[in-house]
Order: sequence, then C-alpha cells, then structure tokens
Amino acid sequence: MHVLPYLVAVHLFLTGCYGLATSRNLIHAVGCLAVCQSATYVLLLAVGYRDGGTAPVFSDVRPGSRPVVDPVVQALTLTDIVVGATVTALLLALVLQIAKRHGTVDPDELRELRG
Amino acid sequence: MNRLRLWLLAVGGAGLAALLVAACLELPGFGGDRHPYGDRAVHASLLRHTANTVASVNFDQRAYDTLGEMSILFAAVLGCVVLLRQARDEHRAPPEPAEVARPVRRYALLVLPVALVTGLYVIAHGQLSPGGGFQGGVVAATALHLLYLGADYGALERVRPLGVYQTTDALAVGAYLVMGLAPVLAGTAFLANTLLPYGTFGTLSSGGAVPLLNAAIGMEVASAAVVLLAHFLDQAVEIEEEHGR
Repeated sequence: MHVLPYLVAVHLFLTGCYGLATSRNLIHAVGCLAVCQSATYVLLLAVGYRDGGTAPVFSDVRPGSRPVVDPVVQALTLTDIVVGATVTALLLALVLQIAKRHGTVDPDELRELRG
Repeated sequence: MNRLRLWLLAVGGAGLAALLVAACLELPGFGGDRHPYGDRAVHASLLRHTANTVASVNFDQRAYDTLGEMSILFAAVLGCVVLLRQARDEHRAPPEPAEVARPVRRYALLVLPVALVTGLYVIAHGQLSPGGGFQGGVVAATALHLLYLGADYGALERVRPLGVYQTTDALAVGAYLVMGLAPVLAGTAFLANTLLPYGTFGTLSSGGAVPLLNAAIGMEVASAAVVLLAHFLDQAVEIEEEHGR
C-alpha cells in the first residue's frame, strides 16, 4: 500500500473538519482545527520520506554514505508547527474573551452581537 | 436546521474526500527515491558547512520565509497580549500560596536548571544537530514554568519580569532584520549568507550566519512563549471579575 500514509493524512483532515462542523464548544473546535493541521504534518513528512533514509543531519552521518529524507518538507513542517501553535494561542485567547463577555462557549448561542 | 447542516456536511465531505483520494493516487509513491529539491538542499547545505540541513533550509536557503514566520509569531503574541489584557471591570488579586507536595517541589527544582541548559544547548547547536531556535526556545521557556509547578505563582513572577521578556521579543525580531540588512550594506541580497566565513564543518562556528539567526529566533521564541503563558496564567490565577456582575 504505497498510498496509505497519504490516505492517513486525508482521514485526519476530514476527521478534523467533521469535528469543526459539529462542534458545540469553541475550545473543542480549536482542538479540531489542530487535528486538521496535524494532517498537513503527516502529508508533508510522507511526501519527504525515502526508503532507508535517515535524518538530514550530518553530524554523525558521513555525507553521501546513506540516503537522507527530504529536508525541505521537514523545514516546512517546522513552519507549520510554529504557525499552528500561534494560531491556536490566538484563537484560545479569543474564546476566553467570548466566554467572559457572553458567558458561553457554544457557537450556536452566539447569535447577536453585543457591544 | 441541524439535519440539513449534517446533510450538507456529508455531501461536501464526501466530495472533498473523493477529490483528496484521487489526488493522493497521483502523488509520487511513498518512500520513492526522487527528491530533487531535497537533494539540492542537502548539496547547498554541505557547501555552506552546515551539518543540519533543516537549519540550513530555514536560516540560509529560506531565511526570508523564516522572517515571515517570526513576524506571524510576533503578531500572534501581540494579539494575545491585547485580547488577554485586564478589562475595566476586572481586578487583580494576588493568588494564595499553595501547598506543593515535597517530591513534586524537589523534582521540579532539580529539573529546572537541567531543562534550561538543555534549551540553550539545543539553540546553540541548531546548525549541528537536530534542533534550533524554535525548538530550543520552547524548551527554555517551559523550563522557567517548572517554578510554577514546584513553588507557586509568586515565585514564577519574581523570575519573570514581563516587560523584559516583551522587550527581548521585539529586540530579537529587530536583530533578525539587522542581520538580514547587513549583507545588503555589503552589496549582496537581503538575508544572503555571504558575509561571515563558513567555518570548519561540524564545529559550533560553522554555517556563517545560521547560528546567529538561530540565536535570534531562539531568543524570540523563548520570550514569546513566556509572554503568552504569562497572560494565560494571569487570566487563570490573578485576574478576577468584579463582584455583583
């Protein structure tokens, strides 16, 4: 099964989407967004994998002696993690304010805007 | 209403799933040998004597992207600080010192310096071994918070003058920009890694500007994490709503 890792990423992404759409709690929704994002980590790392490859770090591997996995997608995953963490923090701060101002974290109860 | 929404979700989700699976079937096979970008990145990294190719991609080949990434981090922290500030109808109450179980206290105080040094080590060796500014910064920042577990919130606040960390955050972003502008003054491109000697492969001073940019990012991430956690902890521990609301 050479597409299995990619399908795992698809499955994770759709699971996160389902959670986002059916969520009755904003904190739960932020968690679902994090699940969606973890699908991109799986996809990126699966794209970069190479059979028999090791980490692209040459501190103890002689350059050229072994195949290494793709460092570009690893760097992209790092970017993804940083952006994901900051977005999660920002969203959680928003949820905190909503809970304080409206007394609820259920998105369905947030119908009207209040000043 | 709810039923309709679920149906809509099911139809849309099924369509998206079909498209994604079709896309997956067209992707190059898992574990394949063809990685043109990866091979070129490894080659460029070795030319510049950077043992950790991921660090080379982040701070040399794609240093401009990392600038954007750190701006996102900076802006997000700024947004959190604004969102989590003390509102007009709230007041601060110093938290009661809590009892901490002796083994927890002992273990936290024992591990704190080890974790702090590990974080700094990971930042400093970013160009040599797995790690770098982002990872090491988070380790160093979380190490400080062992004080919150091992002692209490007051102890954490004494080692965490928030203004200093906020200033450090801004200074680190500024330092990255200055290091990007230095090559421009010397006549090459923004953030080009050409000014400093590349050093001996596998030593601390290898990689040209990579260790310096790593250090700037490490400073930014560490202080950003401290500031973020401080504001969330303030909300949980110190800030209380006025009574009668």
